Amino acid sequence: MIYLDNHATTPVDPRVLEAMLPYFTEHFGNPASRNHAFGWAAEEAVEKARVQIARLIGARDERGEPSGKEIIYTSGATESINLALKGVAELYHEKGKHLITTAIEHKATLDTCAHLERHGFEVTYLPVDRFGLVDVEAFKAALRPDTILASVIHGNNEIGTLQDVSALGELCRANGTLFHVDAAQTVGKVPLDVNAMKIDLLSISGHKIYGPKGVGALYVRRKNPRVRLAPLIHGGGHERGMRSGTLNVTGIVGLGKACAIAEAELDAEIKRLTDLRDRLYRQITEALDEVYLNGHPTCRLPGNLNMSFAFVEGESLMMGMKGIAVSSGSACTSASLEPSYVLRALGIGDDLAHTSIRFGIGRFNTEAEIDETARVVIEQVRRLRDMSPLYEMHKDGIDLTTVKWQAH
Amino acid sequence: MSYSDQVINHYDSPRNVGSFPKDEPGVGTGIVGAPECGDVMKLQIKVDEQTGVIADAKFKTFGCGSAIASSSLATEWLKGKTLDEALAIKNTDIVRELALPPVKIHCSVLAEDAIRKAIGDYQRKAQPGQES
Repeated sequence: MIYLDNHATTPVDPRVLEAMLPYFTEHFGNPASRNHAFGWAAEEAVEKARVQIARLIGARDERGEPSGKEIIYTSGATESINLALKGVAELYHEKGKHLITTAIEHKATLDTCAHLERHGFEVTYLPVDRFGLVDVEAFKAALRPDTILASVIHGNNEIGTLQDVSALGELCRANGTLFHVDAAQTVGKVPLDVNAMKIDLLSISGHKIYGPKGVGALYVRRKNPRVRLAPLIHGGGHERGMRSGTLNVTGIVGLGKACAIAEAELDAEIKRLTDLRDRLYRQITEALDEVYLNGHPTCRLPGNLNMSFAFVEGESLMMGMKGIAVSSGSACTSASLEPSYVLRALGIGDDLAHTSIRFGIGRFNTEAEIDETARVVIEQVRRLRDMSPLYEMHKDGIDLTTVKWQAH
Repeated sequence: MSYSDQVINHYDSPRNVGSFPKDEPGVGTGIVGAPECGDVMKLQIKVDEQTGVIADAKFKTFGCGSAIASSSLATEWLKGKTLDEALAIKNTDIVRELALPPVKIHCSVLAEDAIRKAIGDYQRKAQPGQES
């Protein structure tokens, strides 16, 4: 099997697992136990992980040291996003009830925004251009005196487009608006610096960066400005009162180790993944006509390739790619029977959205796997096009947009 | 969601892929679905005009594995049937044969529709001068 769905989740790096194991059995203490060695060992481990996370995202205190105090542990990026949005909304609603986000956010953000709208908040959903980029001027124009928070996905999980968060952060800071960045796909994948980018809140997931599932973190700025958050979960006052509950020590150790590895290997990995991605793109486009790149040609996640294979439905293509795990923006893969709202937001027609495949290349993929994937994709697209009435019509010179279809 | 063995079998070895010239005598063509919906089926029959029996059938489908399998199965079933027998094929027969899950029932509906459209097209062409 070839795993090319690394945006969905990643395997735990063996080095991460090795770091975690002693904390299941030997050092099983509760970090909140302040009066014995079991608790101290656990506390030391979670504090070390805080520093490892802080280092990776450039969170620093006034002395320039990694600022672990700004890291709040959660169960994952979905909880982090919920905490950031609802937590800010609850404590800042007297200042204003307006939020800004984008049309291509992860559902964790969109569904949370919908919840806030039901509770009296107003949310502006900014559109994106055909590459998936938010227009910085439109963002600026959307900021109002009562805009308490803007939330933007740094690297989109479907199309891989990277937003210019520095520019957006600058605008938020100038407007006195808190800036939350959903960095589930970008932490450890591209350079991040919460100070240079003027980010106030940043959501992190463990399992997207070769750490375990069920653990994540939220960066919460402590100075200039100091961000206050109402907790979602009460009880015990852990994590500066923002997130109660006994800490997931093994998961946290894994998350910390995953961050440390990502930091050490970041530059080399960006280059390697970009090369693999470009190799896959080149092989496919050299062999096939009528294939389209979805997302931005350069401002994108190194490991992300999203392409539409016109006249071939995505689910049927995945079915033919036996032994290769990818995902599709096709409706047929979802329960809703609606094609991807992200591709729609880019202005990509439903016809092409149905033919899209997302390749998510990761740390453990090899050049041989990429070559094999390209070979299978090319073979299957050709086979399915021979079976496609649309390809036949296209080859006969029929403009498919002029055909009167009998849709169900 | 995993696919039934029957669907995989038709997907891997589709029966009767291809096209007849639309205007050839005895040929009826049914095209259903839309690219925006992710499914387009083209189903064609070739009727022996002496016996009134469907001598051959072909399909081309843009769609998921279940849509491909539904149309492939339909062409298999059509061969050797009279038009009345062909019209008796129900989408539920296809659902049963391919063990389609509820979310894929629309694929079988599309196939039944394509059969009806192909037969209608043949009948229209066989009776020149009569508009349907």
